[in-house]
Amino acid sequence: MGLKKVITRPKFIIYLFVILALLFLPRILSTFNLILFEYGLTFAIAVLGFNLLLGYTGLLSFGHGAFFAAGAYGVAMIAKYFPGLYSMEILIPSALLVSFIISAIFGFLCVRHTRIFFAILALALSMLVYALVFKFYYITGGSDGLYVKVPSMFGMTFEGIRRPQFLSGIYYYFLLGVFVFSFIIMKGIVNSPFGKALQALRDNELRAELIGIRVRRYRLYVFIISGMFTGLGGALWSFINGHVTPDVSHWVFSGEIVYMTLLGGFAIFEGPIIGAMIFTFLKLYAMGSTEYWMFIIGITLIILVLLLPTGIAGGFKKLADRIRE
Amino acid sequence: MGFRMLIAEDLKKYFGDVKAVDDVSFEIGDGEIVSLVGSNGAGKTTLVNLISGYLMPDTGKITFGDSDITYASAYKRIKVGVGRSFQGASLFETATVLDNVRTALFSRYGKIKRGLLPADRYADIRNEALEILNIFNISDKNNLSPKDLSEGDMKVLDVAIAFALKSKLLLLDEPTSGVATADKFKVMDTIVSAIRKENISTLIIEHDMDIVTDYSDRVLVMHEGKIIAEGKPNEIMESKDVLTTLFGIGD
Amino acid sequence: MWPIYILNGLYFAALIFLISLGLNIILGVMGILNLAHGSLYAIGAFMSAWMIVALGKGAPMFLIYPSLLSGVVLAAFFGLFMEYFLIRPMYKRALEYQLLITFGALLLLEDVIKMIWGGEAYYASRPFDVLGKIHILGNPYPAYFLLVMIMALIAGLLIWIFMYKTRIGVMLRAISLDREMATALGLNIHKMGTFAFVLGSALAGLAGALVVPTTPALLGFGMEPLILAFIVVVIGGLGSLKGALAGSLIVGQTRSIGIVLFPEIELALLFLIAAVILVAKPEGLFGR
Repeated sequence: MGLKKVITRPKFIIYLFVILALLFLPRILSTFNLILFEYGLTFAIAVLGFNLLLGYTGLLSFGHGAFFAAGAYGVAMIAKYFPGLYSMEILIPSALLVSFIISAIFGFLCVRHTRIFFAILALALSMLVYALVFKFYYITGGSDGLYVKVPSMFGMTFEGIRRPQFLSGIYYYFLLGVFVFSFIIMKGIVNSPFGKALQALRDNELRAELIGIRVRRYRLYVFIISGMFTGLGGALWSFINGHVTPDVSHWVFSGEIVYMTLLGGFAIFEGPIIGAMIFTFLKLYAMGSTEYWMFIIGITLIILVLLLPTGIAGGFKKLADRIRE
Repeated sequence: MGFRMLIAEDLKKYFGDVKAVDDVSFEIGDGEIVSLVGSNGAGKTTLVNLISGYLMPDTGKITFGDSDITYASAYKRIKVGVGRSFQGASLFETATVLDNVRTALFSRYGKIKRGLLPADRYADIRNEALEILNIFNISDKNNLSPKDLSEGDMKVLDVAIAFALKSKLLLLDEPTSGVATADKFKVMDTIVSAIRKENISTLIIEHDMDIVTDYSDRVLVMHEGKIIAEGKPNEIMESKDVLTTLFGIGD
Repeated sequence: MWPIYILNGLYFAALIFLISLGLNIILGVMGILNLAHGSLYAIGAFMSAWMIVALGKGAPMFLIYPSLLSGVVLAAFFGLFMEYFLIRPMYKRALEYQLLITFGALLLLEDVIKMIWGGEAYYASRPFDVLGKIHILGNPYPAYFLLVMIMALIAGLLIWIFMYKTRIGVMLRAISLDREMATALGLNIHKMGTFAFVLGSALAGLAGALVVPTTPALLGFGMEPLILAFIVVVIGGLGSLKGALAGSLIVGQTRSIGIVLFPEIELALLFLIAAVILVAKPEGLFGR
């Protein structure tokens, strides 16, 4: 397929339009909503990774919070113990390394299984991270967590600059860049021969084995890639939040990752991203308006699962198909 | 017979008291199409499972080309060139017909680890996949989902996947079961002409004796785990003993 | 002190056994993992504690202990509602949705607990206090812990007799062994599913009711036991009743002995044991 064919496709034009709009977002949104949007972007990167496992390989992990936490704590620990290295170009690779290690270990144990056993095992293992963070409070800060200060980036330091200012300035564009990069990489993966192999082993494990795909090994690859994307999301999130607590390694947060993905619709590539954005705003506004916000998002989830099984993006797609007919 | 592609010697597989495969020996020559017939429960599928690596034999030896594959993993067998199809077509349901074959090609060429360039960029593999679909007369359906194919085309696609792996030996488990009677010969014509063209050695499990007679070079008759007769299709069809055991027809 | 540690381990095991038994019955019969199972346990705890507080300090003993059962009944009722409104529409749906709807139920129930009982802790230690301590090999030991073990033992035995000796129990086991075959035989899977769900919920409620005299009921009360129950399911095997028993004993003893020997990594030790079991036997000790 030639370049010309790619750039004249309607989808590409939509992407271009969206990215242009996003570049001007800091001028449109209030700082509060912009920062909220940035939270959404970090979750979006995390669910991109998560959905490679769920949507494209058919494995449902209820433990991805552990990888998110791995990325976030990777950053926070460097902040605390190696302040000299506290710069973005070191922090991101380190966070990726930490999430690589953890997802490789967990993946090794999990990929022998599928379906419920896989889900429950991933969940249980992730709670080990949660427990260890608590137990080794003198390293990890326990339930108080760790403080994450504004990092230096590519030789620039931001001393004396307050976080909201940092977040609504350079960090927004950096985050957007990383998001677009992650999007392109992930899109590449799902459409590549590797992606086709994943689809094959999701559809028919036995036959996949018999066309020469080593099922467990490929599941492990995916598990690790997935964990690293989620870890990247966690690392980027920590700079926004400024504070990393064990909550992100708890399985309820893993559940929220699943929630975002299904809210948007896991059968469509962009679905989980939309889900992450909507969830972020929904949760915050629910928390702001009532003490019983869990009730609100719980009810929303139940209604969604009962009435809109293909998620929001899936619902739109169905609607569009119907109109086209 | 020429070069012997597959040699099975004294294969045994018991499930408890059931002697599914009991001391079976046979050979398949290069480019030879051999039919395996026998009543239900005679042990035909078990035998195919032993050769394709889905089950391991209790005792015996399987030689393929010049390598011993008796206990080789299914993966290893594919790499040396043993392919199979399934009784109920075993396909990748959410992928297109094209991708069903293309994924097998990516695997064969060792390209499934390539994770960044779109699959469509591999134009030669796409063309080869279309060519294979063409050989199997389903290239016009390359964009369909396998679920939208007729039963016969599903079976053909299943064989096409194994074919795409450049198998030197194909094991076809009832390629016409579930196919409407009128289409059976069409399906077999397609499959067999592809196999003949590439000179692939083939073992076919088949019930329909008309098909066995028309398409195979040699027939193995299995009964209660043993091979009880072996010969040219017309010899087998004329053998009274065989007909008695197989169909209960006698004097 | 060792007998005490072992007894503590058995006490842990008894509670975890009740929770994971319920979880496993639901898993086996319905193929559904209830992420809100811990909330049903919490509901049992809150209800029983509330009942004991409501009865007041002067309530006679013959009222106190039976009143703990109120938690069991309420958890069973919540289970019944949950099955009817949330689980039943999910039978034919994919695993993701089945899990996610129970996750929704978890979020919902946590706030429902907050709405009913408020955010504060509920203390109900009377059933524990009045039994006092007894001496075991010279060591004082709370008699209430022994009562909990006996209750769990009785519950386990009743379930066993029920599953293996009654018609309904045999049907439940048939469904968990082979759902399609059971449907073909004309068993009413839906009715049995409702029954299994309510039974499982009641067991969670029972565990909550039994634990609340020893520790106050708080928000998020069900989270930790739920994770331990998950580990039990992983160790013992999905849907296996024997697995629930074996897994609970392993988890209970590891916790009790681990707390004494390796307090830092007691939970990590548990995971290590689980990992070793999984590497050796991927489907769990009694899994299929």
